[in-house]
Amino acid sequence: MSEVQLTAAAPPAAPATAVRRAGRASWGYWVAWTWLGSVILAALFAPLLPLWDPAVPDYSNVFGGITPQHWLGGDTLGRDTFSRVVYGARASLLVGICAVGLGAVVGGVLGMVAGYFRGRIEKLLTWIADVVLAFPGLVLIIAIVAVLGASLTNLIAGLAILSVPTFIRLSRATTLVVAQREFVQAARAYGCRPLRIIAREIAPNVVLPVAAYAFIMVGVFIVVEGSLSFLGLGIPPPTPSWGGMIAAGRTELLRFPHISLFPAAVMFLTVLSINYIGERTRKQFEVKESNL
Amino acid sequence: MTAADVASPSPVAPDVTDDVVLRLEDLVVEFRAGNGGTVHAVSGISLEVRRGETLGLVGESGCGKSTTGRAIMQLPRPTSGSVLFEGRDLATMSGEELRRVRPKLQMIFQDPISSLNPRRRITDIVGDPLVVWGRGDQRAKVVPEVLEAVGLDPEQVADRRPHQFSGGQCQRVSIARALVLDPEVLICDEPVSALDVSVQAQILNLLEDMKRRYGLTLLFIAHDLGVVRNISDRVAVMYLGRICELGETRALFDTPVHPYTRLLVSSIPTMQDVADLEQIDRGGGEMPSPMDPPSGCRFRTRCPLATERCADETPLMREVLPGRFAACHHPILDHAPEHSGAPAAEKAAGKTTGTTALPRNGQPSREDA
Repeated sequence: MSEVQLTAAAPPAAPATAVRRAGRASWGYWVAWTWLGSVILAALFAPLLPLWDPAVPDYSNVFGGITPQHWLGGDTLGRDTFSRVVYGARASLLVGICAVGLGAVVGGVLGMVAGYFRGRIEKLLTWIADVVLAFPGLVLIIAIVAVLGASLTNLIAGLAILSVPTFIRLSRATTLVVAQREFVQAARAYGCRPLRIIAREIAPNVVLPVAAYAFIMVGVFIVVEGSLSFLGLGIPPPTPSWGGMIAAGRTELLRFPHISLFPAAVMFLTVLSINYIGERTRKQFEVKESNL
Repeated sequence: MTAADVASPSPVAPDVTDDVVLRLEDLVVEFRAGNGGTVHAVSGISLEVRRGETLGLVGESGCGKSTTGRAIMQLPRPTSGSVLFEGRDLATMSGEELRRVRPKLQMIFQDPISSLNPRRRITDIVGDPLVVWGRGDQRAKVVPEVLEAVGLDPEQVADRRPHQFSGGQCQRVSIARALVLDPEVLICDEPVSALDVSVQAQILNLLEDMKRRYGLTLLFIAHDLGVVRNISDRVAVMYLGRICELGETRALFDTPVHPYTRLLVSSIPTMQDVADLEQIDRGGGEMPSPMDPPSGCRFRTRCPLATERCADETPLMREVLPGRFAACHHPILDHAPEHSGAPAAEKAAGKTTGTTALPRNGQPSREDA
């Protein structure tokens, strides 16, 4: 009897552990992607979704708790928190992606130029990068906002400037390695012009590390945007952003913590997902590179 | 313009013979080391490569043979000296002029994997030189031809990427890329040393085939004496940035004139040597640092025949026997029959190869480094 049970139990046991082991590796990864995907989709299609208007106050819902109508309750003016979190995702992701995208393109190109041509242009560019890096980022943003006013474009421009130096460094370092490879020498030997070498031979090999780093930087910049909005230096108030929402709930933090808590939780989960996916992609990519 | 002005007063012009396709004159390559010192990688090499021949360039690792190959390609430009390709000095050419000459002078490298861009497909890699030279429309015809010539099936390999190939196959792709522009001279920088022995033979045979088919001149750089002996018509032996012996392959291997060549040749392991491994003469061990090379003859620190004169006076390249050139004060001229057991019939006594020793060009021809 017991023997029968054992043999019956044994065969399914092996595949089950195998599945669990394979699943364990990708479980968090897929959860992260699911979360990030939902946030991105919600942000993209926010106007099409059956949401409350994020800008219209509803005095019956001031400090409102979780109800079937208002899933995440209402804020200090009674606006629907769920709707504002979704619309806030647009602002936060827009700032993160645009600033990092700009920084990665500009810094990536400058870094490849510095790393390929070396000499004076390299010295000049690394010097500029060092100066910008030495400059306190927050002060730069405050200066930009103070002079040009708080707006989405100014915020993106300021953050992009801040991210350029790191991308210059990363791209230059990668280029230094790639430019030593024989295929670059071979391209020079058959008469390929420098800019074409950069575009055709070097850029395809620099794009991946830069993109992997950029992905993680998007998460960092979402947090930075949150901090700036909290300080009142981010996206100006009527437009919902996660940082702005956390800041708005600040005054009632003890009595109604959920007003700040929900946007903070969404930001936390989003940045966590980005970091998790980014770190994994970076590792995968590193393994690939070492195989070459 | 400026190149012509510089070249015309050169005393070398009368020497230029028709069959010399590449001529190095007093080529010097120095690098600045991190600690402020100078690495004398190549210290005044003069060499002729004749059209249609295979010239082997051998020496230990770090003797400057690869640097010489790259200096010929002007990657980077040499510190001083000239590289005359079909009578024109590459070292003093402007960037654009040099670019226009480049297709005639191609190179294949030691690391077959690193020679190919991992992010591009094989057709793009092999066809790229054509695109650069405005012949992109010929790709569809030329690329499959040349791939087939190097022994790859164009239909199978065209859309693949380098990491899907073995080292030997990658080296075939490299050769295809070098040949697609129909060059005159192919510089092979240790093309087989990263490959398995069985694949080495295939690639060497391929190079020989391609040499015949495309009428190439080969400069074959290697540290493997067996390989060089197989493929070369003539051999130049390098030691610590200088050439110490130059001669027809068989004569050089059978009756080495320079003590260093003798050491190299005797270091080729035979079954007998393997039996008594302890007996191998290592000639004083390691090569001195190229940052601080010995005075006079650079081999003197390891040379059993060295005298005071070797420390004081740098030996110049001279014809020590008919057709045999060596830079040595004490060349080994009496090859007794017992030496290395070489059959007497094979001794290339008096076989003149018609080479002339290059006069050392005293004038500094440094233009732009």
